[in-house]
Amino acid sequence: MSDFNPQGQESIVSVTDKVRPVAIGAPVGAVYFLGDRAAFVGAEENIVLVAAGGEKSEIAVHGGAILCSVSDGSRIITGGDDGKVAALDAKGETSVLATDAKHRWIDNVAVHPDGAIAWSAGKTAFVRAPKGEEKSFEVPSTVGGLAFAPKGMRLAMAHYNGVTLWFPNMAGSAQVLEWAGSHLGVTFSPDNKFLVTTMHEPALHGWRLADARHMRMTGYPGRVRSMSWSAGGKGLATSGADTVIVWPFASKDGPMGKEPGMLAPLQARVTAVACHPRQDILAAGYDNGTILMVRLTDGAEILVRRNGGEPVAALAWNAKGTTLAFAAQDGDAGLLDL
Amino acid sequence: MSETTADKIPVTVLTGYLGAGKTTLLNRILSENHGKKYAVIVNEFGEIGIDNDLIIGADEEVFEMNNGCVCCTVRGDLVRILDGLMKRKGKFDAIIVETTGLADPAPVAQTFFVDEDVQANARLDAVVTVADAKWLSDRLKDAPEAKNQIAFADVIVLNKTDLVSKAELAEVEARIRGINPYAKLHRTERCQVQLSDVLERGAFDLDRILEIEPDFLEEGDDHDHHHDHDHRGHDHHHDHGHSHDGHGHGLKHYHDEDMQSLSLRSDKPLDPDKFMPWLQKLVAEEGQKILRSKGILSFTGDDDRYVFQGVHMMLEGNHQRKWKPDEKRESRLVFIGRELPEQLIRDGFEHCISA
Repeated sequence: MSDFNPQGQESIVSVTDKVRPVAIGAPVGAVYFLGDRAAFVGAEENIVLVAAGGEKSEIAVHGGAILCSVSDGSRIITGGDDGKVAALDAKGETSVLATDAKHRWIDNVAVHPDGAIAWSAGKTAFVRAPKGEEKSFEVPSTVGGLAFAPKGMRLAMAHYNGVTLWFPNMAGSAQVLEWAGSHLGVTFSPDNKFLVTTMHEPALHGWRLADARHMRMTGYPGRVRSMSWSAGGKGLATSGADTVIVWPFASKDGPMGKEPGMLAPLQARVTAVACHPRQDILAAGYDNGTILMVRLTDGAEILVRRNGGEPVAALAWNAKGTTLAFAAQDGDAGLLDL
Repeated sequence: MSETTADKIPVTVLTGYLGAGKTTLLNRILSENHGKKYAVIVNEFGEIGIDNDLIIGADEEVFEMNNGCVCCTVRGDLVRILDGLMKRKGKFDAIIVETTGLADPAPVAQTFFVDEDVQANARLDAVVTVADAKWLSDRLKDAPEAKNQIAFADVIVLNKTDLVSKAELAEVEARIRGINPYAKLHRTERCQVQLSDVLERGAFDLDRILEIEPDFLEEGDDHDHHHDHDHRGHDHHHDHGHSHDGHGHGLKHYHDEDMQSLSLRSDKPLDPDKFMPWLQKLVAEEGQKILRSKGILSFTGDDDRYVFQGVHMMLEGNHQRKWKPDEKRESRLVFIGRELPEQLIRDGFEHCISA
């Protein structure tokens, strides 16, 4: 994949002929798996479920744009510009979980392993326990991202100049991790030791939760929009550069003082990353439409989708890691069985 | 913004001090039978009595970029809202951002300079400022926000002209021109302005920086206190320290104590190796004072016109096109700002003229 080998894509192992193309027919923002079916979340209104055999069913979930989505594997939670929080389960049944009283946009959603959900509208984050009890918390500026900690009932809310950590079941428990700038996406490491945000500027910021020590992760040419923890949480793969940037998190200091891994360089910007759930493999999508599977250990690449077409918008593995689903921004999608 | 692509959504910024008539203008834009659909970003829900499913409430959340530049402030809420709106591309033709009466337009404009996603999808069309003919003169004395909004404007809708006498109108116009002689000015009652005068202006389009002449004269302007008079080349809007009736045509001139415009010109070509570093240093050091800058430049040994524009410390520029054979190769620059270091700018510019 160097300048000296313009036909580089032809020379690597290709599985492009094994991909089952799927035409969603509308822009796609995200993809998940619900049971055996891939669920392509449209930019507006609908989720399209695609069965292993290729049968498609389109399900209306919002009356406008779908601004955010998340899944725990059993259902997809979405937030829309219609002010609704909706859910779609594996049977294909939808429900409206909440409606904002002022019909404000639902900017972020999150789901907890025990079934609790969180969403935000403007500066206010809401948490609803599985039993239905609802609590809310207001942060100083609009919530940029939400994430539940992997252990315990704790919610991270990214906003301007930092992140607020809140235990919804404990009064007066909010802790603020400060760092100047606008924080958008937020994620906990699977071992619950680190918190990482994507910022408006092309950088990540992280904190070691034990002592709130800062971790500055910079050098990206573009904003990071996609992050994915590798199997076991040893690395955090990110978009935003012309290689997949993988920050090492295996040691107690996280990536501090270490160089990130730089995998699968192309003359195109990485737009989406998805780590395999069990093995040290990731899928990376680029703004020129290319999709590669990359082995984290040695950087070996397999071509899944040739360049051409719209930027890759979404990638997802099923829970077992046997199928990869992808979609470009315009809804040109596909499934690959390994 | 330098790429003029038709599929970028135009964004009009609507500013104006409290009570000037922003909401009236907005309602006019939305209710007129123009066949276009607007997404509207407002601060207060409920003020607009019009059914439009693309009205989005905003919080005017400004944050400082982490680049050590205190005036590089960006509207983070706009970044988020534009991102969300792009999911509904095709459902609307243009976007209008209404700011609060106390807002500084700079962070809105700067959002279009610094955010690559915003730049990819949308383009800033113009800053339209609604001003109250009766009260603006007072506000210019006691409200720095009102002065900012006038200084920043590409289009000024001078509203409620029916509530003032001709003399008062001349007075307030002169005060506006003392701050910003370049904006298009329209005198209105109840914001009765042609929509084409406030929308699709292309004021931030580098390819449309054709004229940076003072806008004293309006086409179709029939107000009798204006006379057809060629002001080109006079440069008289900045270089006097007192108000006076200039040139015997009845137009008052004011010098605003803290907000001015400065225009520079040279019919000798500029040395690009001197000019570019000078301009960049100037906006880096004095950018907090410089609200807007624009220029059409002729460089030594370059057959292309070079155009640039800036907001505070942010600049963008490009080779625009070949100079036409019959066109006068003249460089012109305009700065509008607060307490502009006039002599420093003039001296610096002189040094950039090729020997």
